Amino acid sequence: MKRRTLLGSAAALVAAMAAPAFGQDEKLKIGFIYVGPVGDGGWTYQHDLARQAVEKEFGDKVETTFIESVPEGADAERALTQLALAGNKMIFATSFGFMDATLNVAKKFPDIKFEHATGYKRAENVATYDARFYEGRAVIGTIAGRMTKSNKIGYIGSFPIPEVVQGINSAYIHAKKVNPNVEMKVVWVYSWFDPAKEADAAAALIAEGVDVFMQHTDSTAPLAKAQEAGALGFGQASDMTSFAPSPRISSIVDNWSPYYIKRVGQVLDGTWKSEATWAGIGDGEVVIGDITEAVPAEVKAEAETLRDKIAKGEYHPFTGPLKKQDGSDWLAEGATATDEELSGMNFYVEGITAPMPQ
Amino acid sequence: MMIDPIAVFVLLLGAATPILFAALGELVVERAGVLNLGVEGMMIGGALAGFAAAHATGSPALGFVAAAFAGVALSMIFAFLSLYLLSNQVATGLALTLFGLGLTAMFGKPYEGVKAPAMMAGPLGLNLMIWLGLAMVPVVWWALTRTRPGLILRAVGENHDAAHALGYPVRRVRLGAIAFGGAMAGMGGAYISIATVLQWTEGMTAGAGWIALAIVVFAQWNPWGVLAGAWLFGGVTVLQLRLQAAGVAVPVQLLSMAPYLATILVLVLISARQKFGRSAGGAAPGSLGRPFHALR
Repeated sequence: MKRRTLLGSAAALVAAMAAPAFGQDEKLKIGFIYVGPVGDGGWTYQHDLARQAVEKEFGDKVETTFIESVPEGADAERALTQLALAGNKMIFATSFGFMDATLNVAKKFPDIKFEHATGYKRAENVATYDARFYEGRAVIGTIAGRMTKSNKIGYIGSFPIPEVVQGINSAYIHAKKVNPNVEMKVVWVYSWFDPAKEADAAAALIAEGVDVFMQHTDSTAPLAKAQEAGALGFGQASDMTSFAPSPRISSIVDNWSPYYIKRVGQVLDGTWKSEATWAGIGDGEVVIGDITEAVPAEVKAEAETLRDKIAKGEYHPFTGPLKKQDGSDWLAEGATATDEELSGMNFYVEGITAPMPQ
Repeated sequence: MMIDPIAVFVLLLGAATPILFAALGELVVERAGVLNLGVEGMMIGGALAGFAAAHATGSPALGFVAAAFAGVALSMIFAFLSLYLLSNQVATGLALTLFGLGLTAMFGKPYEGVKAPAMMAGPLGLNLMIWLGLAMVPVVWWALTRTRPGLILRAVGENHDAAHALGYPVRRVRLGAIAFGGAMAGMGGAYISIATVLQWTEGMTAGAGWIALAIVVFAQWNPWGVLAGAWLFGGVTVLQLRLQAAGVAVPVQLLSMAPYLATILVLVLISARQKFGRSAGGAAPGSLGRPFHALR
């Protein structure tokens, strides 16, 4: 080992003197940190599929490693530093809560390119990327509004951050559009991944009379609970087809592969720049999973029409007239929400009775 | 908005069952003078083994039996290291937790996305495991305080040198207690996978084992206190979710903190009582966490 290092450094020294561009032949090492286990069947699973897609696309030009189940907070900084010290030249941090840790570590390693999912803080070497999940929420909200018999739909939230609030609002607006009597119950579990708590949250919603619910947490536990109680739900982040055709009647799939392949390619050819990317249904980053036969054909057609209109850019899920929960005006007739407004969204729209956590 | 208290109590009983099992097991282990911090590891081991067996046989009952055996198997690693090789109990217990989490992550892969068989129904709409958990409270209390083996176990836990001098087999008693703790933790873990979540997911116990350890301290090593603690911890979880679903503004962080604050409060009260001389000693077993090595 020692000898190899010695030879390696000697070779590097000689190469550095002979030809400065020698390093180009080396593999690009890429690191990933995940907030959950790769086997969560949801969020982290999808990121890992994209990592595998990168390996497949670039073959021996790249080498990837990942660290799974990294808690958000101080541990994230440690994990990121570890990846940086291990020689990774590009690092993907795949959870909102890794934001500050990513920026701190990026400051110490200016040569490494960082990609942070769903955050809003950027730097010279930190880019952010996100998916317009709310576009998908509009579609499944429509299905939920049509499918509920009790007129009560539920939402299991993780943390009250803009990304999740957008989803709740979008789902409610579109459920209400097709079913004016619909009521929305929201439960926050304050975790991205805690199967037992997610199952308890689903049970609490069902006990409140909810018969169709959506989730913004990472495990399949709520669907298992829905199956037991005869309620309906949607796959989240991943397709979760093992629960199809019912209780999983459709899903929102995060497809990160195109973005990861594009960005890794840019690092390889030297064109990578720090920027913010926010792609949706039209870019193929948010995919609506198969709508099963448990959903009537006309509802399915309605949902698919909405999906296609959003994909073509003909319709924005947040189009006025819309009011905030407290009754104050938000969007005038025909106006659409700007990306800045959406990325700071911290209020419910009018009609949602659940209190917004402070 | 009104919330049906009976419905909340039913959900509470379910949420409390896994931690009740694990905490009762750990209580017996600690009363024998051993601190096993591997509860979380044994629970996750039981969760996977129980789920796998229930899935393979279609019988949740066999699942719980398998979970108990898995818990015992994992606890025996701890017993061998700490009782016979005299390793540090704290470090060994922590290692057992990490080992259990890693091992199940590896062997659990084929069970992801697989569904559990229907749970055994019991009287009053509560499943049999809830009843078994409740029944174990008086059983453990009676065995510890009203039987001779229970007296010996407590003697070993209070002062292992004295128990040894009296001719009691300290290591064998502790071995038995650790095995019991393993079986209970295993069944508690299996309750999460078979009855609560209805599937296997990596890392699914999500800290339940640590809550069980806190409850034992909260309960001051008393089985009835363990029941109260499990209901308190389970109740807070269920209640805050129910209140949210009903549209009530609840300070979730404060509620989630409450059981831990209660634990700290109990500890403060105990030490205050000791300081002002109203009680001779704390309820903690005298030899808790100390390795035993017979010199003669």
